[in-house]
Parts: sequence; C-alpha cells; structure tokens
Amino acid sequence: MGVRPSLYEELRNQGVSRRGFLKFCGYMSSVLTLPVGSAEVIAQALASKPRPSVIWLSVQECTGCSESLLRSFEPTLESLILDSISLDYHHVLQAAAGAAAEAARDRAIEQNWGKYFLIVDGSIPGKDAGARSTTGGKAGLSLVRNAAQGAAVIASVGTCAAFGGIGAAAPNPSGAFGAADALGDLVAAGKVTAPIVNIPGCPPVPEVITGLVTYYLTYGSIPALDDLRRPKIFFGKTVHDNCTRLPFFERQQFARSFDDEGARKGWCLKDLGCKGPLTFNACTTIKWNQGTSFPMYSGHGCLGCAQPSFWDRPGGFYTKPF
Amino acid sequence: MARIVVDPVTRIEGHLRIEAETDASGFITRASSSGTMMRGIELILNGRDPRDAWAFTQRFCGVCTVVHSIASVRAVEFALGYEIPPNAQLIRNIMIATQFVHDHVVHFYHLHALDWVDVMSAASADPGATSRLQRSLSPWTNNSTDYFATVRDRLRRFVDGGQLGIFTNGYWGHPEYKLPPEVNLLAFAHYLEALAWQREVVKIHAIFGGRNPHPNFVVGGAPCTISEGEQVTAVSAASLKQVGVIIEKMRDFVDHVYLPDTLAIASYYKDWSKVGEGTGNFLCYGDLPRGTDTFNSSTLLFPRGAILDRDLSKVLPVDLEDPAQVQEFVSHSWYDYSVGKHKPLHPYDGETRPNYTGPQPPYEHLDVDRSYSWIKSPRWRGKPMEVGPLARMLLLYATGDRKARELIDSSLKRLDLPIEGLFSTLGRVASRTLETKILADALADMHSALLRNIAAGDRATFDDSLFDPSTWPPQARGAGFMEAPRGALAHWVAIEKGKIANYQAVVPSTWNAGPRDARGQDGPYEAALRGHRLADATRPLEILRTIHSFDPCLACAVHVIDPGGRELVEVKVL
Repeated sequence: MGVRPSLYEELRNQGVSRRGFLKFCGYMSSVLTLPVGSAEVIAQALASKPRPSVIWLSVQECTGCSESLLRSFEPTLESLILDSISLDYHHVLQAAAGAAAEAARDRAIEQNWGKYFLIVDGSIPGKDAGARSTTGGKAGLSLVRNAAQGAAVIASVGTCAAFGGIGAAAPNPSGAFGAADALGDLVAAGKVTAPIVNIPGCPPVPEVITGLVTYYLTYGSIPALDDLRRPKIFFGKTVHDNCTRLPFFERQQFARSFDDEGARKGWCLKDLGCKGPLTFNACTTIKWNQGTSFPMYSGHGCLGCAQPSFWDRPGGFYTKPF
Repeated sequence: MARIVVDPVTRIEGHLRIEAETDASGFITRASSSGTMMRGIELILNGRDPRDAWAFTQRFCGVCTVVHSIASVRAVEFALGYEIPPNAQLIRNIMIATQFVHDHVVHFYHLHALDWVDVMSAASADPGATSRLQRSLSPWTNNSTDYFATVRDRLRRFVDGGQLGIFTNGYWGHPEYKLPPEVNLLAFAHYLEALAWQREVVKIHAIFGGRNPHPNFVVGGAPCTISEGEQVTAVSAASLKQVGVIIEKMRDFVDHVYLPDTLAIASYYKDWSKVGEGTGNFLCYGDLPRGTDTFNSSTLLFPRGAILDRDLSKVLPVDLEDPAQVQEFVSHSWYDYSVGKHKPLHPYDGETRPNYTGPQPPYEHLDVDRSYSWIKSPRWRGKPMEVGPLARMLLLYATGDRKARELIDSSLKRLDLPIEGLFSTLGRVASRTLETKILADALADMHSALLRNIAAGDRATFDDSLFDPSTWPPQARGAGFMEAPRGALAHWVAIEKGKIANYQAVVPSTWNAGPRDARGQDGPYEAALRGHRLADATRPLEILRTIHSFDPCLACAVHVIDPGGRELVEVKVL
C-alpha cells in the first residue's frame, strides 16, 4: 500500500477550498464548544492522518442509531466515510455480505489491533448463551468482547448500548445489558484498556455521534466524561435548560392538554409528562435535523430517552415528572 | 449438493441468515430464512399504559421509524372508538408518505444498488458518456461532464488510496454485474446525492414530530399544535411552507433521478423478471385514509385485499379480526404454543413462549428440518403471503386504479416485458419505485388539503375527549393496521382496566422472512430463492439480489412474549 494523501489533500483534490475546510472545522469546534483557536487544531489533525479504522458492531439494535448517523449534517456521513474514517464494518451500509463481510471485519481488527475505533449499538443479550443475537453464527456478546480487546476507543452509541435501553426494560426478556456491563470483567482483568464512552439517546443526536468521532480524530483522545461515561460537552446540561418553553416554566404557565390554548402559545409541557428537566442531552442546543426542531418545540414532551432506565420510569410518558 | 450460508445478510435492517442448498448444477433446491435476534418487546409492553405503547413499538425499528407508532396509536384508537381530527389524519398521512418516499430511495441507492452496480467499475467510466446518458434520461441538473468527472476522480482517489472502507470485499467484478462503467458511475453519483437528499426529506418528520429518527406521536391526534400568529412552536405558516418546498424536492428527485435510474438499470437486468417470484400470493391491509374514520377501509389510497395464485381477476376481502384469517405458526420457530407446536393462533389469542433449541453459538449450520428462526410464520387462510410494494401495486392494478395501471403498463412497455414480469425480483424492485412515484405525487395533495383546512379556520390537531384512561371501558381490544414501506403491518392490543393485557404485532418482514409452517410451505423469501442458479457459489450475489428486493427489516419481525423472562443471566467469561 502506497503513501496515502492526507485528508486535506484529498479534499483539495475534490475542489474543497482551504476556506471551506476551515469553515467545517470551525463548525465542529463550535459544536464541541472548544476554546478559540480549536478550528485550526481540528484542521491540522484531520488533514494529516490516514483514515483511522472504525468498526461498528450492531447487536440488539433497531437501526435507529445508524439512521441517526445518516442524518448528520456536520460532518456528513459521506464526508466521514470517504474522507475522514475508514468504516471497515457496518452491517447496514457495507457492500460485502456473509463470509466476505466477516472477513473484512476480522482483517480490520487484525491489521489495526490496538488502534481502531469500536462503535457498538444495541443492547447485548446474555440469555441462551448469547443465541438471542447472533451474526455469522457467533453471539453478539462474544463479537463485542473480542473486538473490545483491540480497540483504542469504545463508543456505546444509543441508550441500548449505553445502559441496556429497551431490551433491558422490565422484565428484560432476553437478559440484555449495555456494552460497559458486558465488558466489566475484561476491564477489571486489564484485557480491555480502551476508554468506554456512552452516547445515549434513543436515538442519539446525529451530530453528537459524529462529534465524538471528530473530537477523537482531532485530539487522539476522548473528551471529559461524567460519572455515566457521557461526554460533558454534549451531556452537561438538561434539555430543559435551553428549551424554548423554559420562560413559560419559569412563569408557571403550563399546557394542560395537547392543542389547548397554552399548547398553542408554546407553554411548558411539564404537566403533559415532559421529562426535559431530568434529561441530559444536546437536543435543544444542537437540535435535530439541521436545527429544524426538537421534540418539545414540536409539541410533545421529552420522553427522557437519553437517561438510564427511562422506559421504566413510574407513571410512564404522560405523568408529570414532579 | 452444497449448503451455502449468507450471514450476515448485510445492507438490511437487522440480523438475517440465509442457508441455501444447491444441486450439482448450482441451482438452489431449498432455502431457509432465519432471523437471529430477538428482544421481546411485546412482553415488555404488558401491564403498561396503552398510550405509551407507540414509543415502545417505535423501537421495533428505527428504519420504519413512523409505522409502528402509527399502527400502535391506531390499535388503541380502534379499541376505544377514538376518532382523530382531520388535521391529525392529514399530518399522519404526510408523515407516512414521507417515510415511504425516504425509505424506498434509501433502500434503492444505499442498500440494494450495490447488488446491481459495480462501484469499482465506475472508477473507469468516461464522464462524457455518463453526462450524455444523464441528459437522455431526465432534466436533472447535475448532468455535466465536469460533474461526473469530479465524482469519478473522487472515487478513483478513494480506491487508489487502498482503504476501501464500506466497499471492502464487495463482489466486484462478479460476472453477474452487467452495467457498463458509465451507468455504474451514474448510480454512484446518485448514491452520494441521495445521501444528501435523504437528510433534507426527513425534516418533514422533524417539523411535525420533533425529530427523525423516532418522531413523536400521540393517541388521539397529532402532538404538534399549530402555532398561533408568530412561530412559537414548530408548526407555523413558515414551516408549513417549508413542508411544501421539501415535498417538491422529493418529487423532483423521484421523477428525475429514482424513476429513470430504476428503468435504466432494469433494462440491463431483464432476466431478473423471470427469477425470484416467491409464493404468488399477495396481501395488503391498505393505508392512507382519506377521511377521519381511519377504520373505514373504503377510503384508503392503498386498497385492502388479498390476491392468490397470481389471479389478478379476484381481490379477496381481508378482516384483521377474523380468527380464521391471520394466524401465526411456530412449527419451525424457536417457540412453543400451549395448544401444541403445530397449531396456529390468531394474534388476539397470540401467545409466545421462547424455547431456543438451536445450536449453541458459535455454530456452522442450523438444523433447518427442525426450528431455525426467531421469526414466526404468519399465514392468511393457511397460505404464505408476500407483502410490500409488489403486493400493493398488484392490488392497485387489480382494483383498476387508473394511475397505477398507467405507470405499470408504461414501465413494462419501456422494458418490453409482459405483466407476468412483475412476479419476480425485478418486479419487486420496479414496484417499489412506481409506488414511490404515486406517493410523491399524492403528498402535494395531502399538503394542500392541510393548508386548506387551516385556512378555513380548523386548527385542531388533537381530541382530548378519551385521553384520560378513567373514561375508558374496563375492557377493550383493537387492531391497528398500516401499510409500512415493507408491507402489511398490524398491531393487536387488548386493554384491561387501563393497562395493556396483551399486545401482538405481525409485521411485514414476519410475513416475508418467516420460516416454513406446519405443512412445510416455504415463507416468501424461501420460495423466492428456489431455482436460482449461482454463477459462483463462493460469491452468492444472486441470493442478495432477491432477498434485498424484499427490503428485509428483521428487528421488526422478531418481537415476542417471554413469560419466563425475568431471570437475569450472568455474563459468561469467554
């Protein structure tokens, strides 16, 4: 294999100007709320590396997290996979199937041992010796445990991979758990040394998924995490803190029904069950679908989908949180 | 004789395994379809608030992100006799149709195309030839030689860089790839364009539902209040205008890219109009009500009905509540029934008891003479039925829908194929494109109707009269139907004292991907693969083509109750 052109060289060859490239880097640094001057750092980092290998393993997934990845505007999926990363295994997107797909995954793991970025989506079932989720006849549990041992970073994308999610909702029929729990003994034994980052959300905000990848490409490390392993830059505030309905909450003006007078005036949805004050995520800062909206702006309360055990919160989705 | 295993079947939603047996000449003599993942969401629903169910069922699948929510709220509304306001019906219809158009385009370009398009061959294309081809196909404006040269050169640098990423180990150069390089380049350019396009399209879901994937819904209407005066919530005069702009964008892409690409690519693969038929039986529940009574099937844009043995002269009536019609078998699935493993149950009486009898992973082969899937085998009056775009287009054709007939007839004429050509892998692909065209056109009408209603002073999006569970009867049950992009979908819910007493979903990929039944009848995937000849058994491209033509969605298909599921299992250290 010859010397690969740097990312910036590739982009330049594709007609992307240095100004355009810096604009993208500037956007990323604002999404990541990084210090002044970071855009230049991101630009240098992205421009000077061959594309790192990314391996995406899906276990008990609904594919909502992959769909969310497809919705990222900055950076886009196409720029990521063509210019910034080498997405060597992703069973929704990859061309290869069957044995050829498994071979691609196994070779990427072998060639990049210790260096690849591992993404897991979906919860991981323990029941029936892992037979509740298999790929190529192998248990998802063993695939994740094997791949985790050679990863540089492990990202559990989505509330299922982070905390068990819907698969682990009571009564947890398949004995499902999140990736960090599935790897606990390997971490304790020193066999998994990569940091485990949780990117919860059902699904996560697209730019939070790609933002973590960009951060890692830039700095070669992961951002600071909170005690639930969530990056503080994305999960440091509740969605309530930036909600358009917050002023009405402060004035104690609450919609009592969907489509009542208060709802039409944009009043707070707490009485309709909104879990925004309890939910840490970037929905109201980055927003969804290029800033188009977020759940409360479109009239429905927050389900609390980035929080552990949100499916089992007493009272369900239409009971006020406090 | 050989056994060929494709696992993972990639470029689908979820976990699907195909085991195919071939004879000495390479023909498939028997195929077995296995869903290899289960979660048990229906059990998780038991005892919960029926108004919450839409959020749980939505997580059956993040690709079909709208459909399981709508089927769920409809099931509850059916049980309660709960009618929704006209605006809510229109908003739901717009969201459903948007889901179809988005989903079908993404399926075609990002999931299915690589079975027909050799991306590596595109790197050697003459961009001038691709430009001339594009100009001959449609007035789409990305058509210059420079444009295609830029795309080709980008691909070349990517390939020359030595890291193929998601294109690693594709069956590139397989003798079954028939497109010339300039067509491959055209398709690759549109692969990239469609990635950008799909991000825009789903903004409609974000406006009405707050986000995509997984927008929000509510029993009794739509949660998105229409802003009064200035824009204080997402739905306002400005955003409703934006919806219209996006609908035009969808239509433009469907008319000028997707539809012409489908016909252009199909013209190189006409042999596939004789391969991959399946069962010859087709089922539709129908969808897109043109009135506020969702459950009056006479108003549906997609009609309800069944077609048996290719007979388009007879459309048989379908009743979701009749215990003799929709039934599920578990003879070859990893479940037991209290009535015995070989007797079927209607979803209202549905029970599911997992009993994994397959091999311990890691395994080489499944025992396909016994149980081999987490998917059940639904049957309609005892027959395996194909659901999805082909079923819907045949129903429209059989019921004399003028527009569908024109589209089908003109497309077949362009390809010089008889009507029987529809009963095939190619027919399934073409039907998906044609119904996208029908829906992209219908969206404009739905949008106008919504604007008219609002202009006439009707702003209601939600009816709160039955939202409070204390207003409900002590017992109720209902069937909520849908046409999902992948086919007929229904949820059956039983409510007791305000809580879910039983919940069953029979979804499109259960119909299509299910295993053999008690009588040994193949499921549609299995039937469709019989008789395929594999040019190269180590690179079974032909299997992917036919399976992808159904657009599999496996997480939806497996959704079972597990009465003994409370124990947690210790992680075995490997």
